[in-house]
Amino acid sequence: MEVIKLQGTDDTPSITLDKKAGVFEFTGRSLPEDVNAFYEPILDWLSEYAEGPNEQTIVTFKLVYFNTASSKLILDILLKFEEITEAGAEVLIKWFYPEDDEDMAEAGEEYSDIVEVPFEKISYTL
Amino acid sequence: MVDFSTYKISTIQEFLNYVYDFYRSMAANRVSLVYQGEITHQITKAFTSLTESNMALEEESNSVQKKVFHVMVECLQNISKHADPLSNEVSTVGRGVFLVAKDKDEYLVTTGNVITKEKQAGLSEILERINGMDKEGLKDLYKQQIREGRLSDKGGAGLGFIDIVRKTGRNLEFNFLEIDEKHAFFILTSKISRE
Repeated sequence: MEVIKLQGTDDTPSITLDKKAGVFEFTGRSLPEDVNAFYEPILDWLSEYAEGPNEQTIVTFKLVYFNTASSKLILDILLKFEEITEAGAEVLIKWFYPEDDEDMAEAGEEYSDIVEVPFEKISYTL
Repeated sequence: MVDFSTYKISTIQEFLNYVYDFYRSMAANRVSLVYQGEITHQITKAFTSLTESNMALEEESNSVQKKVFHVMVECLQNISKHADPLSNEVSTVGRGVFLVAKDKDEYLVTTGNVITKEKQAGLSEILERINGMDKEGLKDLYKQQIREGRLSDKGGAGLGFIDIVRKTGRNLEFNFLEIDEKHAFFILTSKISRE
């Protein structure tokens, strides 16, 4: 599978999706001008990955900010990983949040309530 | 009825007075940013980064800075996605007035934009409903909306108001002024406490 490696900007996150290296990462800020257009290739990639996933997939989310339009797309991404779990492969979502950011911690909490995927919440110091 | 055409500037003296009055009224109301026109993505980025650097200079806490940033983005996107034109000109879509003011204890983010009257009752109902909810109710509504809500063509998730009230812990203040039989001017103020 092709590797997706996007460098983050002030309104889009850094994203790495590399099946061979086993790296699945979303970091930074997300408030793209057109959320659908920005996330479409990511969701397409994940749909393809879901057809033949690695035995184990560890996904890192280390976001510092996302707007409400992005929050819906982040859920769509998590739902792809839910599909993979349901198909029998092992998935772990690692949700990193700055230790003083209650809202980001709560966002992780809420996603873990909504999707049926093993979730680990990890605080870090900025 | 609001008559937008009463303030006419016809002489240089009137213009100078207008500029000075505008300056004084902004200063008196501690308005740090005011804009009237089309809200684009570039404008959103510029305003949020300007306000962020101002707040950093004033040593505002991280949590207040984040809340103001959140509220500004959602409010600006509301205008760009939902403001209606006053006439049938397409070019007036997504326009409005946006202002940020700072008080002793709070930041105020206010937006004003034209909407068609058909939207007024629905909008009012949603806002009253959100304002009447406690923390748990808002959390449940957010979860329900993010799961069931569809992203509109314009990229709206129907989560903006809920998110603002959850992040600020304060109710939204809103009013509708009548413009004509088909349009109203919708004014929304979000307040962020400086703890």
